[in-house]
Amino acid sequence: MTDMTSSVQSTLVRPAQTRRDIGIKKRYAAERRFKAYGLAAILIGLFFLFVLLWTVVSKGYTAFQQTAITLPIEFSEQIIDPKNERGANPAKLMTANYPLLVRDALVKALGIDPANKPLVKQATDMVSASARTQLRDLVVADPAIIGTTANVSLLAEGNIDSANKGQIDLTVAEANRKVKDQQLEWMKKLTETGAMAKQFNTGLFTYGASSRPEAAGIGVAALGSLYMMLIVLVLALPIGVAASIYLEEFAPKNRLTDLIEVNINNLAAVPSIVYGLLGLSIFINFAGMPRSAAVVGGLVLTLMTLPTIIIATRAALKAVPPSIRSAALGLGASKMQTIFHHVLPLAMPGVLTGTIIGLAHALGETAPLLLIGMVAFVVDYPGSPMDPSTALPVQIYMWANEAERAFVERTSGAIMILLIFLVVMNLGAILLRRRFERRW
Amino acid sequence: MSTSLILLIILIVGLAAYFAGRARAMASSKGKLSVLHSLPGYHGVYVAIWAVLPAAFVLALWLLASPFFIENSVRSALPESVHSQGSATTELMLGQVMQVANGLKRLNSDELTAVTSGSSSLRDALAAKGVPMANAGEPYMVEAAQHYNSLRDSSRWVMSAVVLIIAIAGAVFAIRGISAPFRARNRVERVMLGTLLLASSIAILTTVGIVGSMLSEAIRFFQSVSPSAFFFGTVWDPRFSAAGSGGTEGQFGLLPLLAGTLYIAFVAMLFAVPVGLFAAIYMAEYARPVVRGIAKPLLEILAGIPTIVYGFFALVTVGPFLRDISAQLNGLVTGNYVNFIQAQSVLTAGLVMGIMLIPFVSSLSDDIITQVPRSLRDGSLGLGATRSETIKRVILPAALPGIVGALLLTASRAVGETMIVVLAAGVAARMQLNPFEAMTTVTVKIVNQLTGDLEFNSPQTLVAFALGITLFAITLCLNIYALYIVRKYREQYE
Repeated sequence: MTDMTSSVQSTLVRPAQTRRDIGIKKRYAAERRFKAYGLAAILIGLFFLFVLLWTVVSKGYTAFQQTAITLPIEFSEQIIDPKNERGANPAKLMTANYPLLVRDALVKALGIDPANKPLVKQATDMVSASARTQLRDLVVADPAIIGTTANVSLLAEGNIDSANKGQIDLTVAEANRKVKDQQLEWMKKLTETGAMAKQFNTGLFTYGASSRPEAAGIGVAALGSLYMMLIVLVLALPIGVAASIYLEEFAPKNRLTDLIEVNINNLAAVPSIVYGLLGLSIFINFAGMPRSAAVVGGLVLTLMTLPTIIIATRAALKAVPPSIRSAALGLGASKMQTIFHHVLPLAMPGVLTGTIIGLAHALGETAPLLLIGMVAFVVDYPGSPMDPSTALPVQIYMWANEAERAFVERTSGAIMILLIFLVVMNLGAILLRRRFERRW
Repeated sequence: MSTSLILLIILIVGLAAYFAGRARAMASSKGKLSVLHSLPGYHGVYVAIWAVLPAAFVLALWLLASPFFIENSVRSALPESVHSQGSATTELMLGQVMQVANGLKRLNSDELTAVTSGSSSLRDALAAKGVPMANAGEPYMVEAAQHYNSLRDSSRWVMSAVVLIIAIAGAVFAIRGISAPFRARNRVERVMLGTLLLASSIAILTTVGIVGSMLSEAIRFFQSVSPSAFFFGTVWDPRFSAAGSGGTEGQFGLLPLLAGTLYIAFVAMLFAVPVGLFAAIYMAEYARPVVRGIAKPLLEILAGIPTIVYGFFALVTVGPFLRDISAQLNGLVTGNYVNFIQAQSVLTAGLVMGIMLIPFVSSLSDDIITQVPRSLRDGSLGLGATRSETIKRVILPAALPGIVGALLLTASRAVGETMIVVLAAGVAARMQLNPFEAMTTVTVKIVNQLTGDLEFNSPQTLVAFALGITLFAITLCLNIYALYIVRKYREQYE
């Protein structure tokens, strides 16, 4: 006892210099540094997430507005149908000189001398070439409009639209600019009279592919994506659930089962472009399905999504406690009845969550679709999954390769729409899980 | 009858068979359901299966096989003058006959007689109905086309009749077998089990399909280009324009593409591994539950963003940013404002791909670190080690196999990534070490060779399948090894 107290005392009185230096300060500094590295890593990740989203939103929000020029168009009979043949030959209305109507209206609105050809050309360049089809459709739909004057809202040409949104650098010399000084002056004039104004860009949601940015939209591509998602849902969900039930509940432990397991795990990690090659050579080349069709895209994406759904479903089935099974079997249910009446319904929230996540993944997938010919210039809505169509991410890819300023804006806008779809799907999956998931 | 109509009829027969089977089971129970072995519904399903499955099977078989027989019959009916010109011409003419047959169906009877009597031109008549023809067509074609159409029509009628008879016969056969002790449920469950097994074999079929289709196309490619020239060639020059100019073959060297692929993947891993690993360590060991609950899902958003968005980000933001900043740096140092980083470069693609990979590394490593048993941690901390010492000396060594597996899985994703490199890496196939220059990858070339107009017999397009199988083999090895390691690791601590 006395020994001990004395030794304690001797420790206490030991002078500071002789205390064993265990480098505690250094070690704590290393500890703080290490912790700071970890925090920095997370901040770096979040920083890039923020920059990515910021880039898309800051470049893309203007795509939801489009400059339009409202002009009083005189549907002059002399221009549309000078020989009065439309009664006998309605096709005449399809080929009439509609751009001339726009030119006359512009010349009047801006007060230009019609004989000054270069000036008139500059003025007509401000209106999108899609005005021709727009006026044609108006006249064909209601021929009685001929001979009257109506206010028509025409799309402004892409560069004019960019200039109106302040995206064109006006300090550049006029010769190197897409928008000329004269046009800027006219824009100011038209804006003052209220003829030129920005409006909500409904065309972005309804139009199809176009080489003119102002007339390009994602409507057609979104329909193609919708077809593919429906095919994936209809095929991948039942097949995936059936496969998981077999593997989780029935499969005997043998080499074949092992092989299937390794296979599925591997398929989940196969590069998506390989599925595109598979689709090209089996569905298109061998089975003779049409190129660029949503049905082929849907099948390829189904094969790609299946492993995701199977892995999620198996996890959900595994999470159902054995007591449920034992109870059902004990009451005399067959194994099939146990699974389909009791286990599967309880696992359903997990299954659906996995399916939605798989679908979201398939919705954003681009590479395999490029190989099966969905990089197509599709203007019309596909009537069925067998028709040529394109998909939302492929449309983004095609726009990303366009040089014009207005296309960069539209690409970002389309990405925003795609991301919103993905966020909604993922939120749905999270809510589903929160709402229905049971902790056993 | 169209195929969908036949299918609909089969389904209706099946529905009727279900109710008939159920009613028959009820009747045979004589009002006392407990004498039945299976519930009446199972008897109904049993009958419906007998009605639908054989009929659908025959339908599918017939649809697959009949075109063969019909084409053979039409081919042999083509005149001798066609056969004498070799099989290629015969196939060409057969294609035209089918085109004509398709067109003839759209003509009305007046136009049809006009065409068959030769008074109006076949080509004009068909063109008016929107069926273009390469040449004027010959009289025997109309005959052969009519033969073809009549064969097809009769084949359809026979098929409809046969399928319907089989459906009804199946149902009747099954109904006759129903009695109270009949074990309908066991039969139905056996069919269900078969369906489940079939569904799970799709995974294997997919793999077989991938390997089989790519191998067969790749073998066709290797018939025109020797495997050694492909696998060890150092020049990639497929010469699209020279195809058909005779003699000049392109060069299909894999090495420059492989070098680019591995280089870009390496740069991406160089960026993603430290960031992802440190993020995982912080979240697993340091972060409070609240911080973890926010940071983890936020980082995982990065994994949910489609790769095309990353490609666009590289193209419009990261690439130009690196180019401009390199010009500024160069200007500050040498006074010469010329960029030394290209907008499309190994660095751009690698950096953006690295951002994409951060959540893969961090989630996988996080899972693995949290699986290390509590006792190891407590032991080390109890001995007086700081947290970082515990992590570096105890946890990481224990988790190392699992982390290596996770990194291999990430690397396989980097190798197979397509959209980022298509937009950010460039298309120039060259072997060099400067990360500021553009290089290209295997995936970029697969996309390049297969978009646009295709003909499936030139090495220019077939090379994509040889590239594909190479890519598949590389990722397969990485995946299987990684999955093996991760599995072993799990077992160790479970």
